[in-house]
Amino acid sequence: MLVLRAIRKSFAARVLDDVDLELRPGEVHALLGANGAGKTTLARIVAGLVSADSGAMELDGVPYLPRTKAESEGLGVHMVPQELNLIPNLSVGENLFLSSLPSRKGFVDRRELASRARGALSRVGLLDLDPAASVDGLGIGVQQQVEIAKALAKSARVLIFDEPTAALTDPQVETLFENIRRLVGAGVLILYVSHRLEEMRRIADRATILRDGKVVVSEVFSRLSADAIVRAMVGREVERESKHQRRSLGKAALRVEGLTLGRRVENVSFEVRRGEIFGLSGLIGSGRTSLLRAIFGAETADAGGVALGEESVTRRFRAPIDAARAGMAMVPEDRKRQGLLLPRSILLNTILGVLRSVRRKAWRPTGVEALDRLQVQRGSPEQPVRELSGGNQQKVMIARWLLRDSAVLLFDEPTRGIDVAARAAVYHLLNELAENGKAIVVASSDLDELLAICDRIGVLSAGRLVEVFERESWSRESITAAAFRGYLW
Amino acid sequence: MKAVLRVLRSDYLGLLVVLILLFLVFGTLSNRFFTLRTFTTVANQIPDLAVVAVGMTFVLIVGGIDLSVGSVLALASALLGVALSEWSFSLGSAVMMAIAAGFLCGILNGVVTVGWSVPSFIVTLGMLEIARGAAYLVTGSRTAYIGASIEPVGAPLLGLGLSPAFLAAIVLVIAGQIALSRTVFGRYAVAIGTNEEAVRLSGIDPRPTRIAVFALAGVLSGLGGVFHAGRLAAADPNAAVGLELSAIAAVVLGGTSLMGGRGSVVRSFFGVLVIAVLQSGLAQVGASEPAKRVVTGAVIVAAVIADSYRSSRLRND
Repeated sequence: MLVLRAIRKSFAARVLDDVDLELRPGEVHALLGANGAGKTTLARIVAGLVSADSGAMELDGVPYLPRTKAESEGLGVHMVPQELNLIPNLSVGENLFLSSLPSRKGFVDRRELASRARGALSRVGLLDLDPAASVDGLGIGVQQQVEIAKALAKSARVLIFDEPTAALTDPQVETLFENIRRLVGAGVLILYVSHRLEEMRRIADRATILRDGKVVVSEVFSRLSADAIVRAMVGREVERESKHQRRSLGKAALRVEGLTLGRRVENVSFEVRRGEIFGLSGLIGSGRTSLLRAIFGAETADAGGVALGEESVTRRFRAPIDAARAGMAMVPEDRKRQGLLLPRSILLNTILGVLRSVRRKAWRPTGVEALDRLQVQRGSPEQPVRELSGGNQQKVMIARWLLRDSAVLLFDEPTRGIDVAARAAVYHLLNELAENGKAIVVASSDLDELLAICDRIGVLSAGRLVEVFERESWSRESITAAAFRGYLW
Repeated sequence: MKAVLRVLRSDYLGLLVVLILLFLVFGTLSNRFFTLRTFTTVANQIPDLAVVAVGMTFVLIVGGIDLSVGSVLALASALLGVALSEWSFSLGSAVMMAIAAGFLCGILNGVVTVGWSVPSFIVTLGMLEIARGAAYLVTGSRTAYIGASIEPVGAPLLGLGLSPAFLAAIVLVIAGQIALSRTVFGRYAVAIGTNEEAVRLSGIDPRPTRIAVFALAGVLSGLGGVFHAGRLAAADPNAAVGLELSAIAAVVLGGTSLMGGRGSVVRSFFGVLVIAVLQSGLAQVGASEPAKRVVTGAVIVAAVIADSYRSSRLRND
């Protein structure tokens, strides 16, 4: 049993305020809260990455005060981080056992490493992954499974999962849950941090909900309704599902014809009209991101092309600048790495795309106006963008492209790592953009999200667009079936 | 057939092509180029640069840089020369002292870099001056002539035409490659160069490995000093000025990333070969010293461009 008593932590402001928590054997304990509620900080304190300002922790009756990660790991407390922490230049096996490489006289014992690695990988269902393979070539979903295998490979008494399923497909989630149940059965204490209520309902036995650094609810999960959880997290009623509104569609805004990029995207054609939200669904590795990148010129397509507006001839963009000049925008999947200049100001991040076209004196008013229009919750515009929550960072990315007044907007995983309230705000924003006549393409691994906001959904499978569904004719089952079609022959 | 294909697709191809091109060009320009003599001359010239490049490979892989290798080499060779010619040390103990001096400089680089989080560029820039100054102090700013006592290191072995130094360098290159790819130390070096924070969060203290890498570079520079003195039978405090840049050029030619995390010791050795063949070929066709430098610089940049072009092609397959 792990007991936390009156944990307090402040950075610039109070992040955790007298938090009590009990992890009991035989239970999966869910930690919920909106972004900024303090759940990641609490998880990091338990994992020994941060130390609390005051309060006490006890592990099986013994005071537990880890000062370093190595110390907490020595006591069997491990965390599967949200951000992938694998070393791409090392092999899968080396990553799994990095802190305890089997060795003889300083030489890595490769045979021993491979056999241990195979054991660890089979436990997460990665039976045919070669332990000698470089992590470099693995998809993000597989990398996450390796990360989980890494935590499971050590003798664990406490395991903390921070958004473990963000990049996993449904069967991978099933495997993870089986693992978690097996571990719980073996007496491991589990703390499970996530935004996804549906999956928490399936796996968690008990929930603690944080709001503004305080525990607002701690209760057996089955006694909590979804509404009650959301209300506790945000402190007010929120729209649970953005209701889709039928819009009148205009002329074609984006036509993709026969687009091909290596074997990742093969001969994809579709059309999006003004005022339409077009969804791209598919399994991990089905080519969603590659397709968006090829459309936008972030990677040059090998064949096929793109036509914007009334253009009759397609062209192939060789660089994002060409696509942007032609009136296209892309909000990439990984906003921290591919979108934002994290240590720079909110203002600079907002006006980055229009520095040349807007006069210097107008920079600030232009940026502030865009930020206000999107209701970005912030301090001063000079505040580093890193300090914003994920949802507000995403709004800054969208504001950047709104300033360029693009006609076609591509979104890759627009709500990854964003809390429920901010998610609703992003959906609202996408709707508004569509109403104003923009053509929008949204690629997402969250099918519920696409079902809620899209007019049509195209399904990619093994790089091919296998089917496009209309709102009237789609079902969760038919879309899922289509997603597997490309892998059957 | 499969083996041939593998070599063709391997990372060594780019450098092999460059080497073959150089041979063809110089073979056409000079009829004395394709001789055993050219071969042994090149071989006996490179041991010092080769061992320094081995150390530099490790330093670049952990994401550092060592600008002091040339000066440390000069200090080690100065100590060796004076110990043999004036203090009448035995060859063995003089060599040990030279290597110890290199180790000391290297570990100082490492401890300061890691302990105070100073960029290694700055720390080793300081060491570049310190070691060079020490080399002048040791020799009294004069070249120390050693004579026959150093012959076991640098003189070509009978019948083979190759010096013991060359053979030792080859062994060290192979040992370095094995250390990089097969030992815990080498794997940690790659891991640290790729993502030090991830290594720390895996419950590993990256600091000892980083310090060890700088110490290794120091030891190998010290050994380079021994080889250098052996080749010239003299210890010149002005020796190896700018060697750090040749070593970095060779390592980068070998495809090691300046950003850390990726590299190969054997490929660095190929980089050394390219530079050495170029130098001796240009000398044979009678190029002037300034012309040699212009051509060498241009070839280095061209080779790196060709290599990055080739590897981006391979990735897209």
